[in-house]
Amino acid sequence: MMKLSFVRRCSLPFILALLLPTFGYAAAWDIDQLMHRLAQTRADHASFVEKKFIAMLDKPVESSGELFYSAPDRLEKRTLKPRPESMTVEGGALIIERGRQKHRLQLQDYPELAAFIDSIRGTLAGDRHALERNYRLSLEGTVERWTLQLLPVEIKMQAVVKRIRIAGEDNAVRSIEIIQADGDSSLMLIEKLATP
Amino acid sequence: MRLVQRPAIVLWLAFIAACLIVISRSHFTADLSAFLPKNPTPAQQLLLEQIRDGLASRLILVGIEGEDAPARARLSKQIARVLRADPAFVSVNNGEPVNAARDREYLFNNRYLLSPQVAPERFEAEGLHAALSESIELLASPAGLLVKSLLPRDPTGEMVQLLGQMDSKNRPQMIDGAWASGESARALLLVQTRASGADTDGQLRAMTAIRQAFAAAPGATPGARLLMTGPGVFSVTSRDAIESQVSRLSLVSIALIAALLLLVYRSFTALALGFLPVVSGGLAGIAAVSLGFGAVHGITLGFGTALIGEAVDYSIYLFVQQGGAGRPESGEESWVSRFWPTIRLGVLTSVFGFASLLLSGFPGLAQLGLYSMAGLITAAGVTRFVLPHLLPEHFRIHDVSHIGQVLSRQVRYAPKLRQVAVLWLLAACFILTQHSMWNDKISSLSPVSAADVALDASLRADMGAADVRYLVVASGLSREAVLQSAEQVSRILQTQVELGELSGFESPGRYLPSQASQKARQGSLPAPAALKTNLEQSVQGLPVRAQLFAPFLVDVEAARHRTPLTAADLEHTSMDMALDALLIEQKNHWSALLPLTAPEGAEINADRLRAALNASGMPDVLFVDMKYEADSLYSAYLHEAILLSLGGLAAIVGLLLWVFRSPRRVVRIIAPLAAAILTVTAGLALFGQQLMILHLVGLLLVVAIGSNYALFFERAESMISPRTLASMLFANLTTVAGFGVLAFSNVSILQAMGVTVAPGVILALIYSAIFARIPRA
Repeated sequence: MMKLSFVRRCSLPFILALLLPTFGYAAAWDIDQLMHRLAQTRADHASFVEKKFIAMLDKPVESSGELFYSAPDRLEKRTLKPRPESMTVEGGALIIERGRQKHRLQLQDYPELAAFIDSIRGTLAGDRHALERNYRLSLEGTVERWTLQLLPVEIKMQAVVKRIRIAGEDNAVRSIEIIQADGDSSLMLIEKLATP
Repeated sequence: MRLVQRPAIVLWLAFIAACLIVISRSHFTADLSAFLPKNPTPAQQLLLEQIRDGLASRLILVGIEGEDAPARARLSKQIARVLRADPAFVSVNNGEPVNAARDREYLFNNRYLLSPQVAPERFEAEGLHAALSESIELLASPAGLLVKSLLPRDPTGEMVQLLGQMDSKNRPQMIDGAWASGESARALLLVQTRASGADTDGQLRAMTAIRQAFAAAPGATPGARLLMTGPGVFSVTSRDAIESQVSRLSLVSIALIAALLLLVYRSFTALALGFLPVVSGGLAGIAAVSLGFGAVHGITLGFGTALIGEAVDYSIYLFVQQGGAGRPESGEESWVSRFWPTIRLGVLTSVFGFASLLLSGFPGLAQLGLYSMAGLITAAGVTRFVLPHLLPEHFRIHDVSHIGQVLSRQVRYAPKLRQVAVLWLLAACFILTQHSMWNDKISSLSPVSAADVALDASLRADMGAADVRYLVVASGLSREAVLQSAEQVSRILQTQVELGELSGFESPGRYLPSQASQKARQGSLPAPAALKTNLEQSVQGLPVRAQLFAPFLVDVEAARHRTPLTAADLEHTSMDMALDALLIEQKNHWSALLPLTAPEGAEINADRLRAALNASGMPDVLFVDMKYEADSLYSAYLHEAILLSLGGLAAIVGLLLWVFRSPRRVVRIIAPLAAAILTVTAGLALFGQQLMILHLVGLLLVVAIGSNYALFFERAESMISPRTLASMLFANLTTVAGFGVLAFSNVSILQAMGVTVAPGVILALIYSAIFARIPRA
């Protein structure tokens, strides 16, 4: 029953899509569409769990905490475990707080780190232009379940990052996987929380 | 032929020639340093050194405006490339990473000598375990990407520690690969000259080189503009401003005075002769200052312009008072016997007044004093001893007796105004009690225009280069001694940072630790076998293997045996410039400067910091508030100048008492002068002008010039003669013309003198007439 009514309901758009393949593809799901949806989110609050696989270390390092994002360019990653620390990017500045120490770096001094942070910030902001400055983009999947892959364009960046895969559902980012050039990798799973 | 036989003429010509030779070899300056003290306290000394040749004095901030951001960045890089090749510049910074690799290399290769964390405990098993855990956590943190490659060589994270110390909080943004300010749409460069800030010619050469590099840059378009600011730029532009003003103003006042005299004399010969004492006086003044001080300040020259108006008085007195009749010998004799004693006394009172300025600890004021004394004595002497011989056989000027007659009738009524004058003076006194009179900010002396100050503030804000207000200074007899005290002070300051009293501070010890500290750090590094054992113990319970850190063992062993760092190791890094600014050697005396940064959104509590430093009991450590020192320095000088002026006044009164031996007559001479000063000061207060040192000099001039008038009125046996009255009026008008022109100057010190003297001398003449003895007619 369920299946039948679903097919019946969907048949008209489905047929139209077959008839007008180009139009249908563009209208249904592409990078611009995704970016447009992502750009709707002005502020976000989520929890995360991150696992880092580092060759130098015998076992993966796990951390967890919360993420705060507010458009267009403020991103805060507040780690609560194993040890409280926070990283805030705002405009061109990166502030790292660990215990009593507070480091303020200019992203311009660390171009690789900047490209790295901009991959996440650019995705959250839905800023295709910013992303394409450093990466080649490709999109897979559907509105409900998409994966955006970022491949660094510049050789300098390729020496650091091999690829970044950002997966999400509708306008929510669910996971960020980063594979570094030396084989180390990290996977961050994100769960949306109520916007504070 | 006849002239050359006169000894007076020969002497005069020789004197002029000597003056010209001295002047041709003189050095002219225009910076503020002439207005800073001769015998400073240690804190003032530091301030002066910083102003004259501290690093800040050698920085030029450059902005490029116009066109679009990429074009500006391109220009910035092109200019920087040219300037970096020019030996006149120590460093040229526009954000391009020219030194970044060398800086990193210096820090990383010498990390075990530089890092204050290096201590014996840190390399024992327990210390290593703690440091390693920290590094592993950092590796897993967002900044991990930056430190991963360093871990095998630097597991204790010394490099991260060093970078954390160095990171300068406020730096301009990078736009298209060069420093820029997004808001004001400018590309920015920071240039350090080799010439010190006090070397105005060197600064001018540096500015010219920057201008040329800009003009010759392939990217220069008509739309792009070059801006420059900095202490050196200020001294160049103020010298230019003073020079152009002085030459323009002197032309204007000479033209005015000449026109006035021509109107009176109707004789070009008289005009030319009348200027001889003026020119002689001016030359003598400059030569005297040059001999006495080694350099002549631009302001002294500006002052000289105004003095034309006074020096010309003496020849006016001669020409007008001797009576237009063409018999020089007898005319001279009669003028000499009748008027010269009065004029001589007038010159003497002026000289007594200005002599007090010679005692000033302010070289600028002392220069003005010497200039005036030499100038006035020469002008009067030339008028008395040279000019009469130069007068042609039938010398005569236009008859001015009718003007004298008119004046004579006016003067007869003047004493009737005494009651009005007294009321008027009471009103002036009241006004003065209602206003705060003195401006005790040193900036009031600065000849820099408000527009230039605004540009400076704007470029500084773009650059994130705030003025340093608070410094700790450690001094000693060797580099090693001051570096050691700087390290001790750093420890105290670090506690203050942790208490939140400071957000940070700089120290030369960061870039070059004392030899003692370096040796202590080397001594705390264990021998290879011991370190290996410690390391193997330390990794227990951590997700790493000891083998990973083989490069660390190699680096530590190398650090143990290397020769300690010296200043030479810093060459070609950007830290070299920092060390240069913070470690100063002068005549075998060393100072280490530790500039402090206020906590965010708050002021530094000077008392608490001073107390913390005093508690350490370190000798030769000084907490300096630069702004307070500068202002207190100036107010001390203002105070001194007030005392000296009063002293000058007392000297004048003493002289008059000695000459006249009658207090009543002296009071009659002083009263109009005092009245004039009171009225002018009240007038200035009413117009919102706050008095600074140069107003005071102006008031002294009013006394000096006005004393001539008062003396003429006092000396006249009965009714003052119409001819004398006419000569005083003309003398007064030329003085007003000379100083009045200064009132239109936009160099504040010259303007101050103009607005004081011009009205002051008019009032002195009027009050002299009002308070004169009532004639027994």
